[in-house]
Amino acid sequence: MPDGTIKEVKLAPIRNGTVIDHITCGQALNVMKILGVNENNIDSSISIGMHVISAKTTEWKDVIKIEDRELDSKTVDKIALIAPDATISIIRDFYVAEKYNVRLEDHVVGLARCSNPNCITNRGEPVSPEFNVISRHPPLLRCCYCDRILMNISDNLL
Amino acid sequence: MDLYDKDVVSIRDLTKDQIESILDLSEKMVPYAMGEKTKRALDGKILGNLFFEPSTRTKLSFESAAYRLGCDVIDVSEMSMTSISKGETLADTIRMVDAYCDLIVLRHPYEGAARLAANCSINPVINAGDGAGSHPTQTLLDLFTMKEAKGTLEGLNIVLVGDLKYGRTVHSLADALTMFGAKLTLVAPESLQMPEDTIAHLEEKGCHPTKTADLNDVIDQADVLYVTRIQRERFPDPTEYNKVAGTYRIDNAILREAKSDLIVMHPLPRVDEIAQEVDSTPHARYFRQAFNGVPVRMALLCEILGGDIDA
Repeated sequence: MPDGTIKEVKLAPIRNGTVIDHITCGQALNVMKILGVNENNIDSSISIGMHVISAKTTEWKDVIKIEDRELDSKTVDKIALIAPDATISIIRDFYVAEKYNVRLEDHVVGLARCSNPNCITNRGEPVSPEFNVISRHPPLLRCCYCDRILMNISDNLL
Repeated sequence: MDLYDKDVVSIRDLTKDQIESILDLSEKMVPYAMGEKTKRALDGKILGNLFFEPSTRTKLSFESAAYRLGCDVIDVSEMSMTSISKGETLADTIRMVDAYCDLIVLRHPYEGAARLAANCSINPVINAGDGAGSHPTQTLLDLFTMKEAKGTLEGLNIVLVGDLKYGRTVHSLADALTMFGAKLTLVAPESLQMPEDTIAHLEEKGCHPTKTADLNDVIDQADVLYVTRIQRERFPDPTEYNKVAGTYRIDNAILREAKSDLIVMHPLPRVDEIAQEVDSTPHARYFRQAFNGVPVRMALLCEILGGDIDA
């Protein structure tokens, strides 16, 4: 910072929608993937801040603001897998109506597929992939079936 | 008998006390496994032996263990003989077989298959190897073979040599040996060394294995030399394979540097990792190890199905 002052980068405020803040730096585009946003289905404006400084923690982070959309719990749980410190603020008429931290549970079911192609959960069996969370920073998940560590979480989200 | 009606999918499912209890019972089972004594401790029980992958020792020793205890066996040896070839899921196959027997033994090519089977089955499931995953009964018979030869597992200096990356037996074995305070040395070329996350897991449990690529550096300190096969298909270049495989070939020349009471173990089948000249030395323990599959599996069947040879 030039003169030692730390100033948060401002993104345009939104009237209604969701602000996903404190996304692990570099994960904004993966969060966009979780939100299912691509160039063909955007009906509202989205602002993305990548590699911006957090005024609170003075660490680098990413931020996403998406208008006219609130997130379901499954989407929030998926975000927790790649950005365990993210906060979700629901904005209604420019005010924060609700704010909470994403929560990475100890046991995760049906949110990601196992990265091991020989895992039985990838072989057409009627079973949801399950993982135990063995570390949160960074998130590290172990498959409850094949016992392997899940590689590239963002590439394996369901 | 706290293993009664329990699944054994991974060696991590067992506590140290449970493992010790199985090893103690295995020792009592040896004369029964050899046919010197007989006891139909599991009379009236039925074992479902499902082997969806080739196996000689594991399948036959489970069958032998069951028959020695008076337990009947129904089995499937080929996927082509089952409804799986018609598109039935493993989950449905397990639910069906579960209705026909008291315990399922499963060997399957895909990792995690035994955990899935255990979740689908009402009766207990024993994992007899799932792909490159767990093979807990192999680990138990390895531990028993070491204990039988050395009297204890505590403080043994154990050298694991060969393919430590892909070999499923060594991961489970290393895991279990940490419970008993064994000192581990991992001998493998860098490309076949034990995976970092497996080593990290061992370190979490207080075991700090030594890694080396040169067997000659450590052979003189070893109490147990556990050899595994280096598979040719792991090497794109055959010259590289020949170089690596030759480095870890155990013969009488290399054993000259070893302690006189060193035992050499191998899960078998061997190809040329151990020279045949070693078979007739007191070091060779691998055929006894293969036999030990029977008493150990007898002990496990009795613990899970509630058989008692003293009754």
